[in-house]
Amino acid sequence: MQPRLGPAGWLRWGWRQLTSMRTALVLLLLLALAAIPGSLVPQRTSDPNGVLQFQQNDPETYDVLNRFGLFETFSSPWFSAIYILLFVSLIGCIVPRTKHHLDALRARPPRTPAHLERLAGFESAPSGTEPERAIAEAQKLLKASGYRTERYGTSVSAERGYLRETGNLVFHSALVGMLVTVGVFGGFGYTGQRVLVQGEPFTNVRASYDSFSPGRFFDETALEPYSMRLDDFQARYQFDLTTATWHSTDFTASLSTRTADGEWTPATLKVNSPVSVGGTDVYLLGNGYAPVITVRDPDGNAVFSGAVPFLPQDANLTSRGVVKVPDGLGEQLALYGFFYPDPLELADGTFTSFSPSDKGESLVSLFAYTGDLGLDDGVGVNAYTLDPTSLTQIAGGKSGTPALQLKEGETVQLPGGLGSVEYEGLRRYVSLDIHHDITATGALVFALLILGGLLVSLFVPRRRIWVKAVRGRLEYAGLARGEDPTLAAAVADLARRHRESLGE
Amino acid sequence: MTETLAAYSLVAIYSAIAIYALAFIAFVLDLSRRAAVAQTVTAQQPVAARAYQGSTLVAEKAPPATEATPVSGTTRYQRIGFALTALALVVHVASIVMRGIAAGHVPWSNLFEFACLGAGFMVAVFLAVQLWRDVRFIGAFVTGLVVLLLGLATVNFYVPVTPLPPPLQSIWLYIHVFVATLATGFFAVGGALSIAQLMQSRRESGKSAPGFLRSFPASERLETMANRLVIVGFALWTFTLMAGAIWAERAWGRYWGWDTKEVWTFIIWVVFAGYIHARATRGWRGNPSAWLAIIGFAAVLFNFTVVNLFFNGLHSYSGLK
Repeated sequence: MQPRLGPAGWLRWGWRQLTSMRTALVLLLLLALAAIPGSLVPQRTSDPNGVLQFQQNDPETYDVLNRFGLFETFSSPWFSAIYILLFVSLIGCIVPRTKHHLDALRARPPRTPAHLERLAGFESAPSGTEPERAIAEAQKLLKASGYRTERYGTSVSAERGYLRETGNLVFHSALVGMLVTVGVFGGFGYTGQRVLVQGEPFTNVRASYDSFSPGRFFDETALEPYSMRLDDFQARYQFDLTTATWHSTDFTASLSTRTADGEWTPATLKVNSPVSVGGTDVYLLGNGYAPVITVRDPDGNAVFSGAVPFLPQDANLTSRGVVKVPDGLGEQLALYGFFYPDPLELADGTFTSFSPSDKGESLVSLFAYTGDLGLDDGVGVNAYTLDPTSLTQIAGGKSGTPALQLKEGETVQLPGGLGSVEYEGLRRYVSLDIHHDITATGALVFALLILGGLLVSLFVPRRRIWVKAVRGRLEYAGLARGEDPTLAAAVADLARRHRESLGE
Repeated sequence: MTETLAAYSLVAIYSAIAIYALAFIAFVLDLSRRAAVAQTVTAQQPVAARAYQGSTLVAEKAPPATEATPVSGTTRYQRIGFALTALALVVHVASIVMRGIAAGHVPWSNLFEFACLGAGFMVAVFLAVQLWRDVRFIGAFVTGLVVLLLGLATVNFYVPVTPLPPPLQSIWLYIHVFVATLATGFFAVGGALSIAQLMQSRRESGKSAPGFLRSFPASERLETMANRLVIVGFALWTFTLMAGAIWAERAWGRYWGWDTKEVWTFIIWVVFAGYIHARATRGWRGNPSAWLAIIGFAAVLFNFTVVNLFFNGLHSYSGLK
């Protein structure tokens, strides 16, 4: 009969189970398995549009997967449960091992075993050298090879490779450090996106962002005030004869930035080289064209005027955009259409873009719609899309009136005397990611500790070696502590050098 | 000039495939010879020489057959296979270098180039390990795999040389991708040894197994060799992950975002971490840990091909539409 376990006993039992190597191993493998769905199903954090598309294409499967948190795999309860258990298990392992290792660091190498024959790399050779001198010589050799040594009678006991365990503990502690850094301090940061058109100002307040995701512990004071504007944008392309396509070779955005008390200072932003300003890093994610479009009422008063970013649809920057004019005309007006930086008319009268570069010939081709744009309902509407189902098409498509086609500087009249549209000029825009993250340095330090600890723990052998003088013979043997495939060779090498130094 | 060099590079890679295929045939002939000879040897000596093996702490389960009974007459094919593999690698490296000169940047910027470089590293690691331990017996596996990979690359992944797109214009392309592919080489050879280990262990437990295994090292020894290679691969993979994170921080503004490629890099890292822990856990040494090494390598191949081709993500540099 086993004694019955009280609550404390059960707790101790549970703790022992959790911190056992076997549990840690099973948790590790579970973690790998649990991560797989995160690559099969689009994730809200890395691919929000993919999630939306999934929802539209297959709402039933979406509901099921969503219930299990599969669109947020890496913050889902089950994934979190696995890694939190794993890290608890890890800490439960690190603490006693650190204590044990600190003791071992102070301890002397253990007493020489009575019988060495059964140990690794055992060698025995006759020797004419006086035992005292032979052992002193062996101790000297071992010390020179980085062993900690201790004399026990006519034998020497040596141990090396304490660094292996140190590395192991550093590695595992740094993993915990990394998790804490990212999990806790990552919460103080924020990230935001902004489409910035040439000449437009940006100030670092929450309202300036097109989208903004604050961390868990974010507060508004983390937004350091600064301003930024896009002065110029240059893209370079190279034509590939074999595939007849243009490859981008360089994107350079010339910015000006100004912090609270300073002057405007120029800064160059490229894809792989962010600009740091006001505690944030600014990244170049995309670029495109923003035609300046002005809509006027029949009397010539501008009711809409602005640079409208058009979203690139292909490698040659054929781009799609929307202009919504809710007020000022007889009816609400929407313009929806394409921008061609380097237009080429096809046989059927439609256009395509021959290259992504603007050569002063760019073309805007717009469909016009009238009707209720749905902007007054208070429901958020995506500025880059248009749902024409409840609208009346007045130009382009099957409306009987051709689409409005404008080159830079041109003006066309809207059908039915509604007003006019002018394509005034062309600007570039960039889409920017703006990040405030205080964890990068900490994460880097822990990453280096992880890597260093790992290398040491994997490649420094920890071993014991004994040299013993018995009845006119010298005996050598070693003991591996952990993986040590070269132990036997190390013992043999020591024996050889030892006898050489004794002149035998 | 660019076109010509790129064309030469392609011719060189086709030639390398042909030579690897010949090497593969030689290695397979070697294996079948070993099976035949091993049978006659055991027929003559029904009790395999259980020679005294010195005293190691870890008792060896089976006699190290290669050392105890060298199977004569089988090494000629092996030598031919090995020499052909070395020759093929020279042609292979020449192809990679020409491709790099033609492109005007490092020749690892799309899936075709990753595959050529990765296959090259597999062979290079296989040949380099030879300086340390005799592993020619896995030659058939390595050359077979490389022929398949290069075949897949040239037929399905080929793209003409292109200028480096802005997202790849970074020093980290040199480091991150190079080390990742090098790690793949180590995992491949480690995986091959683990497969041999599983087969050998099956034979040692008395089950039926191919005859050539008699001339392979004992499973414990195979496990030790596989382990050395896998831990080198693991260290390189850890570095890959970190270099990737640093690059991602520069290019995308976050060092970790669970992009599909990041997810798989993480999965592979965790599987191999599991492998290392399994080696230190009672009941998990031997076959279970060998399975983990093989699963890990399978995940590497999956990450390299399927994830690159069919999964959406930021790492879409396959160069294929």
